[in-house]
Amino acid sequence: MSQFMGTDYFDLESLLSEDELAIQNMVYDFVRKEFMPLIHEHHQNETFPVGIVQKLGELGLLGANLPQEYGSAGVTDVAYGLIMHELERGDSGLRSFASVQGSLVMYPIWRYGSKEQKEKWLPKLASGEAIGCFGLTEPDYGSNPSGMIARARRQGDSYILNGTKMWITNGTLADLSLVWAKDENDIVRGFLVEKGTPGFTAQKMTGKLSLRVSDTAELILGDCRIPAENVLPGIEGMKGPLSCLTQARYGISWGVIGAAMACYEIALQYAKDRVQFDKPIGAYQLTQKKLVEMVTEITKAQLMAIQLGRLKEKGKMRHQQVSMAKMSNVAMARDVARTAREILGANGIMEDYHVMRHMMNLETVYTYEGTHEINTLVVGSDITGLDAFQ
Amino acid sequence: MKICVLIKQVPSSDALIKLNNDSTWIKEDTVVFAINESDSFALEEALQIKEQTGEGEVVVVSLGPDRVQRAIREALAKGADRGIRIKESFPYSSDPFEIASLFAAAIKDDKFDLILSGLQSDDLGSGQTGVILGELLGMSTATLVVETKLSGESIRVKRELESGWFQWVTMPLPASITIQSGINSPRYASLKGIMSAKKKEIRLIEKKELSGSIPSLQSIEHVYFPQKTKRTEMIEGSVDQVVEKLTEIIQRNY
Ligand SMILES: Cc1cc2nc3c(=O)[nH]c(=O)nc-3n(C[C@H](O)[C@H](O)[C@H](O)COP(=O)(O)OP(=O)(O)OC[C@H]3O[C@@H](n4cnc5c(N)ncnc54)[C@H](O)[C@@H]3O)c2cc1C
Repeated sequence: MSQFMGTDYFDLESLLSEDELAIQNMVYDFVRKEFMPLIHEHHQNETFPVGIVQKLGELGLLGANLPQEYGSAGVTDVAYGLIMHELERGDSGLRSFASVQGSLVMYPIWRYGSKEQKEKWLPKLASGEAIGCFGLTEPDYGSNPSGMIARARRQGDSYILNGTKMWITNGTLADLSLVWAKDENDIVRGFLVEKGTPGFTAQKMTGKLSLRVSDTAELILGDCRIPAENVLPGIEGMKGPLSCLTQARYGISWGVIGAAMACYEIALQYAKDRVQFDKPIGAYQLTQKKLVEMVTEITKAQLMAIQLGRLKEKGKMRHQQVSMAKMSNVAMARDVARTAREILGANGIMEDYHVMRHMMNLETVYTYEGTHEINTLVVGSDITGLDAFQ
Repeated sequence: MKICVLIKQVPSSDALIKLNNDSTWIKEDTVVFAINESDSFALEEALQIKEQTGEGEVVVVSLGPDRVQRAIREALAKGADRGIRIKESFPYSSDPFEIASLFAAAIKDDKFDLILSGLQSDDLGSGQTGVILGELLGMSTATLVVETKLSGESIRVKRELESGWFQWVTMPLPASITIQSGINSPRYASLKGIMSAKKKEIRLIEKKELSGSIPSLQSIEHVYFPQKTKRTEMIEGSVDQVVEKLTEIIQRNY
């Protein structure tokens, strides 16, 4: 009997523990029954189903790989990857929510926060009682966040924040925004800004043709005063936000395999069912080649992801390896989604068949958390010793 | 309140079924197995009763080969306290009397107040195990239950009858009740539940140890796919002729 829910051509299952498989099964089931019935409505309305957040929290799916001390589940990094895989098999927007909450907000608070910050926020973020967002990108600084304009000025017991952050996932939903800004010494630091703080506004960005089931916002900080103890004490400089991105990219490198798998499985079924010229289209060599390439690429991505996960568990994962996996697996998923759309013919553009939604979503995933190009250059710099972009 | 939940592992509803070489059972190696649907409602009902009464334990009991361990673990991950598995190997028992007798022998000393099971298994569909087990242990029994209300030494249950009718029955405990799907919304196992399930006890009992005096009254001779027969007959003529012909066909076939 097999237990891995989904395509498993190279017996990935044998590389997973009983717990990891049970977790994958549970999240698969959860997404199928609790999230998928909501997808069309939210996709059409460009909204995120906020009601699911508490359920994610109850099951322990938020920041699941952080230690149990502050309310997280403390699962293995591979189990965390499988969670991302199953969430993104539903929709990249759902996985993005969890990535931001877990890797970009809970992780830095856990790693760089004060004891008070951890006690105040981590249990609430883990349970879904509070939502977090991560504000790094600015209108004029995307791939080059170190050029950021946002500033924090110390004034007595406070910091005064000024600046604009753009493309911020969970922005209008967030109870807590982790905003990266430069202090008077031009050093990047992380600031915790609570919802409702005077001078802080989050404005929803609409008109996205990708990642529609996700809240994306512009954060505006105009003389926003926060208590000085809201700075993350444990980190200074760009390695703060970059280390968070490494965590999130790790999750993405698993997540997109889920999106690709959804598209591949839909296309495979369709190719067996759809008859043209008296034969299923899957009986034609051109279609078979497409399907074979899809499953081959998915298999390679799975093997890269599992090895990356095991390296992470041993503390041996390098951020350049994560960049390679993000770059490679997202590009793979983007291609698979597009090929699936081809195989489905006209039905491929319909929302009922899901593949085009995934295809559009993956355009965002290709660009955020370090674009495909920037992650390529990270690996390029690593192997040549020659920096191409900094 | 000591509650026993009978759990059967069956091929999941979207499993691609193939038969084994001598057509006596399905090929298992490529099939995904899952907890029988109505059993997961029975489990949820048990967990909710335990939560309401605030005491007692929920014990899941299953019969089957090693793969069944996963179904038990899943139930433990959702909150059951311990498991009992009667270990068997192929060919599996398919006779509800034999199965119920094995369960009776395995759990009689546990003195359960309540036994909950699904109304039927999604593979063999006999729908008898829970009732026979109740009889064997001298318990009250009820089938097709869609609501339960516990009060002291008795339980009131709402049974689903035919044509949209329902029946409320009050029965003394101990009772064995078979649960209809849809009675509640089964929970998902949380990550913490999954990780702590390993630490819970699953008692293994060899079927041989129990089966000495238990007869098997029924066995599977042959399994096969339903034959798909589709015949189209075009009826032509005036409306009267078509109606007459149709009536004739319907009368001939029913
Ligand atoms: C839906 C969505 C959600 C997002 N969520 C968040 C969030 O929660 N928090 C957050 O901080 N940000 C978020 N982002 C922002 C995202 O991280 C940025 O869009 C990304 O970093 C790229 O920046 P940019 O869009 O300004 O593109 P640019 O940096 O302007 O890049 C444009 C193009 O130029 C290429 N390029 C740039 N520099 C180089 C170079 N040196 N060499 C070669 N090519 C180069 C890029 O690869 C890209 O192809 C989100 C974006 C989207 C679309």
